[in-house]
Amino acid sequence: MDYSQFLMMPQEIGLLLVFLLVFLYDTFMPSSTQKGLPLFATVVFGIFMILGFMPVSDGFAFGEMFESNKATWAMKNILNIGVFIVLLQSIKWANSDFVSVRRGEFYELILLTLFGMYLMISGRHFLIFVIGLETASLPLATLAAFEKRYYESHEAAAKYVLTAVFSSAIMLLGLSFVYGLTGTLYFSEIASSIVGDNSLLLIVALAFVISGVGYKLSLVPFHLWTADVYQGAPTMVTSYLSVISKGSAAFAFFVIMVQVFGAAYSHIWEWMLYAIIVITITVGNLFAIRQRNLKRFLAFSSISQAGYIMLGVIAANAVGMASMMYYILVYIFSNLAAFGVIAVIERQTGKVTTDDYNGLFKTNPWLAFVMMLAMFSLGGIPPFAGFFSKFFIFVGACSTGNVAVYALVLIALINTIISLYYYLLVVKAMFIRQDECVIPTLKSHWTEKAGLIICTMGIVLIGLISCFYTSLSDITAALNIFPG
Amino acid sequence: MYLIPSLIMFGCGVYGFITRKNMIAILISLELMLNSVDINFVVFNRYLYPAQHDGMFFTLFAIAIAAAETAVAIAIIINVYRVVKNVDINQITKMKF
Repeated sequence: MDYSQFLMMPQEIGLLLVFLLVFLYDTFMPSSTQKGLPLFATVVFGIFMILGFMPVSDGFAFGEMFESNKATWAMKNILNIGVFIVLLQSIKWANSDFVSVRRGEFYELILLTLFGMYLMISGRHFLIFVIGLETASLPLATLAAFEKRYYESHEAAAKYVLTAVFSSAIMLLGLSFVYGLTGTLYFSEIASSIVGDNSLLLIVALAFVISGVGYKLSLVPFHLWTADVYQGAPTMVTSYLSVISKGSAAFAFFVIMVQVFGAAYSHIWEWMLYAIIVITITVGNLFAIRQRNLKRFLAFSSISQAGYIMLGVIAANAVGMASMMYYILVYIFSNLAAFGVIAVIERQTGKVTTDDYNGLFKTNPWLAFVMMLAMFSLGGIPPFAGFFSKFFIFVGACSTGNVAVYALVLIALINTIISLYYYLLVVKAMFIRQDECVIPTLKSHWTEKAGLIICTMGIVLIGLISCFYTSLSDITAALNIFPG
Repeated sequence: MYLIPSLIMFGCGVYGFITRKNMIAILISLELMLNSVDINFVVFNRYLYPAQHDGMFFTLFAIAIAAAETAVAIAIIINVYRVVKNVDINQITKMKF
């Protein structure tokens, strides 16, 4: 065996080293130094994140089972930024009384799920992809059950693990049909052998695969777990689930749909995805309006955001891929800012409903300000990054030139206006409404402040500095995986 | 021909997943679904593509993944049992809509 192939996967090996360091620290350091573990893990991961920006060489490893190119490299770096912010914001929470016994496990499981997502992104064989998907979803179930003193956490974990296994069984059935149809599980070989195939088996297989990955993305017919799990899980785990897990699944979904089943685009899955996007955006928005719990509210908001992300997939070209990655990057900053504020307030007061936020601006002006920026960015109000990401994803969807997709973009635009209503409800509660039992002035830990500052910088600057989008579009324009 | 038993197994699994009220029974139904997929892979490999062994290897990995899933699910169910003293899914419906 040629061991130099491992040089093709520097980011995976670096992540494993980070994991090993954290694991050794957790196991062998004396208990008096354990309080420093969260900070240690964050600093080591931060160094890894910065080193990850070094360019990697393009190519395949392990008999074309693993691919490394500029797009996977960029996507992994985007995820790294998000994970770094999550780790930074979780330091104070991990050292709190009820969690501190198991704080090492939190960081180890987070790093392991990230490793699974790397495999999902880079795998070019369905075996690697499935292993990555399971590595990314099973530890998340245990993370959802992390707050053992709360009943909701257990309920969330039970619902998550049972539905996750169900959906992965459905997806495996679809993959077995693909295997029966083509006799191979390599992405490239499947792509070449389904050209011109119109059989019923392929349609069924595609429907199953879409529902399996759609579960991870919480697209609408498969979204019912989302709100419960987001509400019950600890806020740090929720933020991780909503951005990192969803972002990696979106990228992997794009690769599977376009690279593997690209030949079936126009006559099979374009219309499946079309219908899914329409109901995802609409149902997510309409259910978000009636939520009072902010974590549930952000769950439905993230469902409708997943619908917007899928607009990049339905474009199925280089512009769509670039705008999808840009959307994920912006979505990471906006959503982590919102969850960061919720985490700060929940950790100190335990309040998570919209009514609790009445008059927050009077007592905590900075938290209210960051929350306002996050809501504006999620809703897509111009100077902030969310506007640009929505703009580019609409441009990407329109670049197909298909009239039906124009109609889809129009539906998405109307839904953006609906979403402004409920995003602004939160802003209204914080700035305009008054309440006698308002949240007292809180003092957040410096790590939480640092995380929120990074998010705020991201929200304000990423849209205005154009090099982010142009570099992403340069990367995707160089790929040759697109059909037609 | 050999696909019929595996599809019947899969259907039984889906039916059990939807109708059962006991979480352990739901987990058994899930195992049934995963194992039927394994049979599917082996059958396709043996009868359609006997030259390579992609399906066999996939099955081996799928069995390992299914074992891991069972372990995690059992652990979570035990945790739920400690809190509510029950494994009936009708008892864990506090969060809705």
